[in-house]
This record gives sequence, structure tokens and C-alpha cells, in this order.
Amino acid sequence: MSLNLPLLEICYLIASITFVVGLKMMGNPKTARKGNLIGAFGMTVAIIGTIVLHDQKVPVFIYGLIGLAIVIGTIVGWLTAKKVAMTKMPELVSLFNGMGGACAALISLIEYPNMQLEAGSMLAVLAGLVIGSVSFSGSMIAFLKLNGTMKKAIRLPAYNILNTVVMISLFIWVAVMILVTGFDGTIMLYLLLALALVYGVLFVIPIGGADMPVVISLLNSFTGLAAAFGGFLYDNKAMLTGGILVGSAGTLLTLVMCKAMNRPLSNVIFGAFGGGSDTAAAGGDSGGSVKDISCADLAVLMNYSKRVVIVPGYGLAVAQAQHVIHDIELLLESRGVEVKYAIHPVAGRMPGHMNVLLAESSVDYGKLFEMDEINPEFSSTDVVLIVGANDVVNPAAKTDPSSPIYGMPILEVDQAAHVIVNKRSMNAGYAGIDNPLFYDPKTSMLFGDAKTVLTTLANELKAL
Amino acid sequence: MEQILLYLSDHMDMIYFIVLSVFVGIEVIGNVPTVLHTPLMSGANAIHGVVVVGAIYVMLHLQADDIGALILGFLAVLLGTLNVVGGFVVTDRMLEMFKKKN
Repeated sequence: MSLNLPLLEICYLIASITFVVGLKMMGNPKTARKGNLIGAFGMTVAIIGTIVLHDQKVPVFIYGLIGLAIVIGTIVGWLTAKKVAMTKMPELVSLFNGMGGACAALISLIEYPNMQLEAGSMLAVLAGLVIGSVSFSGSMIAFLKLNGTMKKAIRLPAYNILNTVVMISLFIWVAVMILVTGFDGTIMLYLLLALALVYGVLFVIPIGGADMPVVISLLNSFTGLAAAFGGFLYDNKAMLTGGILVGSAGTLLTLVMCKAMNRPLSNVIFGAFGGGSDTAAAGGDSGGSVKDISCADLAVLMNYSKRVVIVPGYGLAVAQAQHVIHDIELLLESRGVEVKYAIHPVAGRMPGHMNVLLAESSVDYGKLFEMDEINPEFSSTDVVLIVGANDVVNPAAKTDPSSPIYGMPILEVDQAAHVIVNKRSMNAGYAGIDNPLFYDPKTSMLFGDAKTVLTTLANELKAL
Repeated sequence: MEQILLYLSDHMDMIYFIVLSVFVGIEVIGNVPTVLHTPLMSGANAIHGVVVVGAIYVMLHLQADDIGALILGFLAVLLGTLNVVGGFVVTDRMLEMFKKKN
């Protein structure tokens, strides 16, 4: 009697515990990094255990194939994760998520021929296939949208109805494959695969870039679910715990993100910004003239201020301006100006995106303030410098009930004495709506690429 | 339908396990500060890479002459590993930045 299998069960137990503990530790800034490493350790135990501890007679060349796949995957994954700029993080997470989904779908493709008899196993195989494929194709579209290859939300005619029909067809298809016998299952299987892939694409293309974090988080929990079905199939506890943890935690995280934007999830998925074009046109009428400010003038203004608040947004990430903004902060502080950063919960393309970027350029964690902490302080602030943010400071969210973002909590920058907005152009933000803040008499626009403009500003400050 | 019911009753332990895990997942994420949402999503992303364990399991049970399945299995292990390694490394990179302080 070999002890391999009991030992393997213990490996999976260790992995399951590390997943729970690791995820819990990642919820606190102090222990987060250790938590991630603990999870990685548990994962390594599970993987090595699976390869070494079993009672099968396995041909050497299959070991070779597994080893080769792991080596290639490790090298490519490691290098990609290390080399890619921090600003590209969101799309990277999306890409890796898609890989996991594809992995789950492939497992189902291989297992299907062995599962002809048992309805329960069949359900697990087909569910893994469908969810994994949707997660894969959806993540790829999210990836393309985030890296700018696919810029516009594409809305097919009656896309909500179309998507619902495709989704229901998927359910019916799976039910038929389980309950009805006597047809060529393989063809049905590949058609199901195709339909699921198409659904993933249809699901994500109508959703705008600003909502991609929510979508990725949702697809993340889908992949977790697909992994859990795999665990159900093999009675594998590590896959079950890992998959379900991510499935439920991911769903909750998705809802928390939606809450931060004050929009229900259904609103994100079924596209609330569909009416954006009308509103943008209407908003255009309210537009008055905007005022420019030069870097030299701004340098003087800031230099003689008492309190400055910087509001970073996605534009900062795109322009890679996180280092120069930190330089400006240090320059101002050396002149006795108090500088704080105001972080909106959904600034950037992911919650916490700005924190990570600013931490990269060594901005002190204690200078980053969340929306609720900083909002009461704007009225006593001299200058607010908004870098590449738009919707999160749009006062229409408070004042205009017809605005698509009405009700979203915003940074109340219009309370400050001077508002400086750095943008590349007058184009609308991701929500595609006009921003009355730009026409406020207190507001001055600082047009140009964030990095270029802020570098000039830093030089002007040094010269003073 | 009968088959499904029987299958479920055979796997009751696992169903309890699933229900409880769902609550653990919700509990673990509760009250996390906004700043950690991105790393947390990324970390969770790495953890569902555990699906690679299933892919390895499948490979170990394949016949040496089943070329088509071996190719799919190879791809599955490769993609799953990408998910795991890339996921953990990118999360570590994000979290590393939180430690730097002036």
C-alpha cells in the first residue's frame, strides 16, 4: 500500500490553508506581501505534490511534456510579470486571468470523452468548459480594450437581447448534452466551445474602458468557478478551495468596486453609458469658455500656496508621470507648502491603481488620502492640481440628475480656491460626458501630456 | 435528473465544503481598504491558477499514444503555469511598492 495518495491529500490541505491565510493577509497593507508569498508557497506544494505523489505508471515522455510546459510557463510568466511597466498592470492581470480560463476549458475538452456515463461529472466538465471559455475570450477582449487596441465600446443592435439569448442557449445546450443521449457528442462539444467563446466576446465588447476593472474582477471570479468545477470533477480539495475562494471573494470584490462607483453591477454589464452621447451633446450647450494657465504662472501660484492637493487619474498612468509628480511634491514641500494626494476609489483603471503607481515613485503612503478623508479639506485648500483625471471630479455627479454618473461620489475639488486641470485635450473622459468643472471660473486648464507639462512645471519651480 | 440527484447525494461532503468555502471567501475579503483592491484581485487571480493542478492530473492519466489530448494537456499546463507564476510575481511586484517608505 503506497502512502502517496494520503501524502498528496496532505499537500492539498496545506495548499488550501495557505490560500485562505494568504488571501486574508493580503487584506492588510502590513502583511499583504507575506500573504502573497504564503499563497505561492502553498501553490508550489500542490503542484509538486501532484506531479510526484500518485499511483499511476506514467511514461517518461509525459513527465517530460509536463516539465517542459511548466518550465516554459514559469519563464514566460516570470519575465512578463517582471518586465511589464506598472502602468500596464491591469491588462496583465486580465491576460493571466484569461490563461487560467483557457486552462480550465482545455481540461474539459480532454476529459469529455471519458465522462459519457455520469451526469454529475458531465455537468462539471461542461460547466468548466463554458465558464473557462467565457472567461478566456472575455479577458482577451478586456486586455485589448485596456491596452488601447480596441478603443470604442462596440454595441451590436439590441446587444442586450442578443447576449441574453446566447446565454440562455448555453444553458439549454449544456442541459441537452447531459440529458439527451444518442448523438455525436464531440461535435456538440466543439459547438458549445465556440458558442461560449463568442459569448465571452459579446459580453465584454459593449462595456466601456472605464468599467474594465469591474469586468476583470468578475471574469476573475468566473475563472475561480471554472477551477472549482475542476475540483468537483476530480474531488480535488486544493482546486475546490482555491476556486471557490476566488469565486466568492472575486464576486464580492466586484460588488465593492461597483459600490465605489455608486452603480449596480447590472448597470455596468448592460451599459448605463449607452445614453452617453445624448448627454454629452446636451452637456456641450452648458460649455462656456475655458481658461488656460502657463507653467510659469502655475509655478508661482503653487509656490506661494499653503496647501496643495494633487488628484491623480489615469492620464498620470498613461503619461508615466508618477516620478515627476513626486519631484514636484518634494520641491513644494521644501518651500513649506503642504502637499497631499487625493485618491478616488476608482481613479485609474483599477481601484488602488494610483496608490501602486505613486508608491512606485516612493511617495509616502501617509500622504495619500482617500476620498472621505480629503473631501472636507478642499475648502481650505489653495490649489488643486488634477492630473489626467476627469469623471472622478465631475460636479455633474452631484448636481445634474440627468448625468449618467449622477450619484457617484466625487472628489469635491470645486471647493478649493484654484483648480488646475491637466489634460491632453478637451476630449471627454471615459464616461464620454462633459465636465462642467472645466468651465468653472476658478478652473484653469493646463493642456499637454502630463509628463512633459509637469517636467516644465518642476523646472519652473526650481528656477523660482 | 435522477442521476444528478444521486450524484449530489453521493457528494454531500463536497457540497457542504463548497458552501462553507463561499462564506470563507466573503469573510476573507470583508473590510479590505480600497488601496489593496488591485493587488488583492491580482492575488486572487494567481490563486485560481490552481486549475493547473487539474491539468497536470489529466496529463498523468493520458495514454502515451493519445496525441491530440497530449497536445491539449501540454497547452493547459503551460497556460495554467503562466497564470500561477505571472499572477504571483506581478502581485509581489505591486505589494513590494507599498513597503518602500521615505
